[in-house]
Parts: sequence; C-alpha cells; structure tokens
Amino acid sequence: MINYGELLLRKESFSEIVIGNTAIVRAMIESGVRVVTSYPGSPTPEIATAIATIPVEKRPFYFEFSTNEKIATEIAYGASVNGHLSCVFFKSVGLNVAADTLVQLGHMNLIGGMVIVIGDDPGAHSSQNEQDNRHIAKLAYIPVLEPSSPSEIYTYFKAAAKLSKEKNMPVILRLTTHTCHQKELVNFDAFEPQHVDNTPLFDRSNGPYIPITASVFPMKRRALSRLNEVASDKFLKDLNVFINNNSKKGIITAGTTYLSVMDVLESVPDKPDIFKLALVYPLQLDDIVEFINLHDEVKILEELDNVIEQEIKTAAFDKGVKCSIKGKTDPEDFVGEYTPDKVREILSRDWPDIVKPAEKNSNDKPVPARPPQLCPGCGHRSAFYAIKKALKESDIKVGDIGCHTLGFLPPYNMVELLMSMGASTGIASGLALFNKTRKVVCFLGDSTFFHAGAAGIVNAIFNKHNITLILMENGTTAMTGHQEHPATGRNFDEITEKIPVKQMLEGMGVHKILEVDTYHQKKLTEAVIEAVNYEGFSVVIAKHPCMLKFMKAQKRKSDAPLKQVKIDQVLCDRSNECINSFACPSFYRNPDGSITINKDLCIGDGSCIQTCPVTAIKY
Amino acid sequence: MKKMNIYMTGVGGQGIGMLSEILVRAVNYAGYKLKAVDTHGLAQRGGIVVSQLRIGDGINSPLIESGDADLVISLERHEALRAMNSMLKNGGTLVWYDTSWQPLSVRTGQDAEVRSDDVSSVALKKNVRNLRVYRDNLPDTRMQNITLLSEIIKNSLISGLELSHCEKAMKELMNEKLFVRNLAVLKD
Repeated sequence: MINYGELLLRKESFSEIVIGNTAIVRAMIESGVRVVTSYPGSPTPEIATAIATIPVEKRPFYFEFSTNEKIATEIAYGASVNGHLSCVFFKSVGLNVAADTLVQLGHMNLIGGMVIVIGDDPGAHSSQNEQDNRHIAKLAYIPVLEPSSPSEIYTYFKAAAKLSKEKNMPVILRLTTHTCHQKELVNFDAFEPQHVDNTPLFDRSNGPYIPITASVFPMKRRALSRLNEVASDKFLKDLNVFINNNSKKGIITAGTTYLSVMDVLESVPDKPDIFKLALVYPLQLDDIVEFINLHDEVKILEELDNVIEQEIKTAAFDKGVKCSIKGKTDPEDFVGEYTPDKVREILSRDWPDIVKPAEKNSNDKPVPARPPQLCPGCGHRSAFYAIKKALKESDIKVGDIGCHTLGFLPPYNMVELLMSMGASTGIASGLALFNKTRKVVCFLGDSTFFHAGAAGIVNAIFNKHNITLILMENGTTAMTGHQEHPATGRNFDEITEKIPVKQMLEGMGVHKILEVDTYHQKKLTEAVIEAVNYEGFSVVIAKHPCMLKFMKAQKRKSDAPLKQVKIDQVLCDRSNECINSFACPSFYRNPDGSITINKDLCIGDGSCIQTCPVTAIKY
Repeated sequence: MKKMNIYMTGVGGQGIGMLSEILVRAVNYAGYKLKAVDTHGLAQRGGIVVSQLRIGDGINSPLIESGDADLVISLERHEALRAMNSMLKNGGTLVWYDTSWQPLSVRTGQDAEVRSDDVSSVALKKNVRNLRVYRDNLPDTRMQNITLLSEIIKNSLISGLELSHCEKAMKELMNEKLFVRNLAVLKD
C-alpha cells in the first residue's frame, strides 16, 4: 500500500495524485510550520487525515484537534508570538466561532508567522450557509490568497507562509469545497529539513500585545500599512495568471471559478483575455486597472458575493476608467457554486454572441429524491423513534449540528429548528419563556457539547430555564469522520484522561440527569417523559456508540458473516411500523407490499426487533 | 489525448470513493492527464455520492457540465437512472450494478421503485449503451464496485485502460488480503 506519511516527508522531489487537503500538508512541512491546530469541519478534516499518516515521532510539527475553532486559533497565535510558524484550519462557519480572536490578529506582531486556512463552502455542500469569508478577512485586515487547484494550494500555502513570516502578519489561505477535494497530479519540490529552534522567543517589546486604550490606533495603523505593502508585493504578483487572447473583452476571476471559465471558453473561437487573481484581498489595483484599460468591456466573475467587484469599480471610478465593467446583475449571481454549468449560464446571458447556453436535458423519468439518512443501526434512530413517543406533536424540538441533525427528516421530524454549533440550549431557553403549554426539548451531540454547548447549559442552570436537553452521546465526532473528543479518552496522538459528559453536567449543578442506552427504547421514552415533566433544567443522556465507527472496527477484526435480521412473513401483518416509523434503510418494500431485509445494508444490530408490534422481526 | 468525462455515482456506503480512487490512479498509469473530485461529508450518510473524473489534455475544472458525461458508472439502480437523466450525453455509455437501495419515499410507498426496465427504456431513447451488471456469486457486497471496474475493462470503455493499470492502483490502495480478494473479482 502507498505510504502517504513517507511521501509527505520525502526529501527528494516527487509527483503524486492527491487531493488539495493532502497537498497542503507537504506545503506545511516545506515551509517549516511548527504548530498546526484545528477543529474538524467539512471540507477541511482530511488535512488531519493526511497529517495522521505521518507517525507522531516523525511529524515535524505539533498537531492537535482543539475543542473549538477559537481555541485552535488562540493556540496557533500563542505559538506564533513565541516565534513558531503556525497554522490553523477550519471550515467556513468555524470562522464565526474563531472570530472574536481572529479579528485581532491582523493588529498583532506575529513574529513566527501564521497561516489561517479556511474551507469555505460555496454550494453549501455540508454547511448551514454559503458565507463568503472574504468579508471577515477585510474586517480583520488580513490578506487572502485563493488557490484553484491542489497544485495551487501547495504553492500558495508556501507563498502565504513566506509573506506571513516576512511581514509578521497573519495570512488567510481561502480554500473551497472543490479545491479541498479536487484531485490531480501535483509536482512537489525537494526540501531539506531546517534546524528547529525551540527557544520561547516571546518578548513583550515585540508588541504591544495588549490591544487597549492608547495602543489600539497605532496597531490599527500598522495593520493598514502592512495591507498597503501587500497590495504592491512583487512576489505575489507573480502568482497571478494573465492569458492574452488579443481580445477587447476581458474577464477578471479567481479560485475555482477560473477553472470553470477556462472550460466554458474552450470551444469558443473569440476568447476574451483572462486575468486570474491569486490575491483576492487586498487587491493589487494598479495591475487590475491596467488590465481594464486594455479592454472595452470587462466581466468580473467571482463566486458568492461581489467583493472584488465593489473594489474594482471603486478604483475604476477614481481613475476615470472608460471601460464598461460588468459584475453581478441578478440576485441569483450571488447564489451557489460557480461550476462550469453556472458560469456558462452567466456568460451566455451577458455575452450571448460568445457563449452558447447549455441544451436543456430531457428528464424523461423522474427519480425519487434521496436525502441523506441515519446509518443502519444508528443509535440516533432508536432515540428519535423512542423520544417521539414521549412528546406531543405541539412540543418544540430544537436540534444542533451533527449527525443527529438528520432527525429533522421524515418520518422522525424531531428537529424543528437548527442554527449553529451549541446553539440549541440557548434557543430552547428562549422558546421556554412565557411558555406554559408546550414543552421545549433540545438536542446536542457530545463533541458539540465540548465545542460550544457547555456555555448554554450553564446559562440554563444559572437563569433557571425550564427545558429538557437530550444529549446524544455517540462517543465520537461522527459527521466529520470520527475524530476524538474530550470524553473519548484519546486525543489525536495518544491516550488522555476522559472528561465524562455526565460528570461535567453534575459538576455544573444539573440535578436531574437520566442516562439511557438508546437501544432500550421503552426506557428512553419513559426517561424523556420524566424529564420533560420535571420543573427546571433536566438532561437525558441518550447514548449509543456510533455504529458506523463500531462496524468498521468489527470488520477489521473479523470477516465472519453478519447475523442479520429477517422478517417472518407469516407473522407480519403489514402494519409497516418498521418502514414507516422506525425507517431503517435496511428494510425493503417488495412490489407485492411485503417487507424484506436488504442484505447489502443490515448490520444485524437488532434495534428494530422491539419496534414490531407482532414480533415478526427476528434473527 | 482525447477528453473523456466519467461520472460515478451511488449511495453513501457503497464504495464509490474506492472505485474512484482506483480509476484515478489507473488512468494515470494509462498515460492520461486527469482532474477528479469526490463528494465528502454529509451526503456520505445514506445520500447520493458522486465522483467525477475528467481525463485527457486541456482539462481545467474537475466538474463535468450537465449532459456532458461520456461514461456514467453507477453502483445503484435509482442513481443509474438519475445520472443518466442529468449527466449522460446522448449516445454515451452507462454501466451500472443492479442493486436497489430504496430511498425513503420508495420504502414508504409514496414513490414507485425504479425498475431495471425503466433504465433500459430511457437508455434506448437516449441512444445510450446500457451495460447492466449483476453477480450472484460475490463473496462480499462491498465488491460490487470492482465488478463494474471489471466490466469497464472487458468492454474497453476507457481507451487504453488495461487490467494491469487497475491492478497496480489496487495494490497501492488495499492491504494484501483485500487486494487478493478484489483482484479475483476483477479478473472473474
């Protein structure tokens, strides 16, 4: 088998097919990064998967999954002001959690340098919004480089690290879902490991590091002046791509949108000139205005918001540019990923003479939708099935982020509101005010409990909110790929002391805590009834290990065939409780209406057996 | 080299990721330049999972335009029809494994299950070469992806791609035990 750990450390140059999330790790190593931190979130967790291929004793940097993005950012900051080049990575909305600290970083003198890797998610493939984090970079005075491919992730990371070290300022590398997960053959350079200096170099004379009173304005002025320097940096200019097609029309673009533009224009005879920007904040406006001045008409194609467009139009106005500059003209231009389909749609609308619209697909026979669902054997399924029996339809159910979010789907409909990590207890507390008639129940996963959930719980106790929290404890960070968390007894590298959820709740002062394995459905129903009838803040810990993780471990241990369930067709009275209410995907409806088991799917957990009113499901 | 767009689909948990990774490495050994991308994250929980692979010279985006796939590979019947509808060129090729992982609305009886005939009739209309694969002697359902790979090689669906390229890729991606078992399926 291919040994990625060995490849990533190889001193000689080499080529390998990798995703962007793997390519970036080689760039970290070549750049001499000493500290890397993160909290798992799509599209970035595979960066840690690549890091894990390097045995800890050979890893040239320290890595940890911190309990949330803010803490991860603070650790990277602490390391940087001690002289170590650091890197923090997280998903788009993770930046909101980190923001309180992150917005200060541009003001600081980061003597070791620091690269902030953000995985934005245009298309909202696995996020609750499409937020364009270039806005926050502007707010925080931090430069942003935006690669379009794994090869560019590799080179831009190294450029970001170099810039950050030179100017002692943070630099953002803005990835998106389809740069993180894009695969191609990347040519990696040779490198010689540098001598590392572990001396703690923190010195307050490098500061100020205390952004209050008199120091705030000078720190802000320094941040602004560093941005000005970046805007004319020669080295960064060399990363831009200019394609001259001798056209009077031009396109300014960046990131993966550039790839879509190139593909859509491939069969076009009169191609516009193209200017692809590497640095998307601050803009190197002299070069951009020069490009615009060469053309009669320029189209700005950027994914999500019109961030570049606004700055370019301002500069063009100030310089009295004659060229017509076209940006976003329709609200739909702000929505969704700029895939080749989307770019074709926009270009054929704006330049119909050049780009033809796509032919419409005939959809002869529509196919039933396939929303994601809980895995076979998932403890959350048993939980939702049992909890539904304990609650009235009118009771209000608040969900949180994680696999259990999928409880919003039919037939459970057990999540009616969703916001952000750890938000459920706070939202539930608000819903409980003046409310004497409808019980309020909220859900929270165990990793999310540590991430941002605990503060909401403390508040509910402190301010005496009358709600029930159902803590869905599956012993892992399941949705993002089974990362450890503080209650699992392991961190990224080694065994560590468990911080049990139940003991934490007790320590916080929760008086009513009931703990039930979710496979004991009747007991769970009873526990939830008891908890919602309790006056005050109550918690039900609904626990069962993540069965996807469990089954993967089982399969590694043994090849023995699974003991699957079957349905006794004589006993079955076709009440369809199993498919309509419990709804494990392993049940199969035959054309004659009988139910059988899909042998590809059943893991033999047997959690369905208790749901059959006529005991027709058996081993 | 001539361009070719390959769209792979199935349901989370079926092994699309492994199939895609094998093909990506194998077409590289066959001498193609390539770009590829897989679905990760949320959809892997029982939703639709897609891998896209574009091979040949002058490819930029890993994403295939709607209706521009030359070859659709599907591990599941509903997804075979869905991808043929939206992604496959008229006159393209569909190779699919005939198993049904019923979506919820099919299990609850709200929607009709897609039948093998539905796939054939749409294929006929779109002038699509329709290669249905099913093996009842598979030692493990998780090897359904390799049966499709075997079909691709037997029918030379990717010009220049040979069994040896796939074998080399599989050796890099599987432990010895899995490699031996999957190779047997590939050669069957």
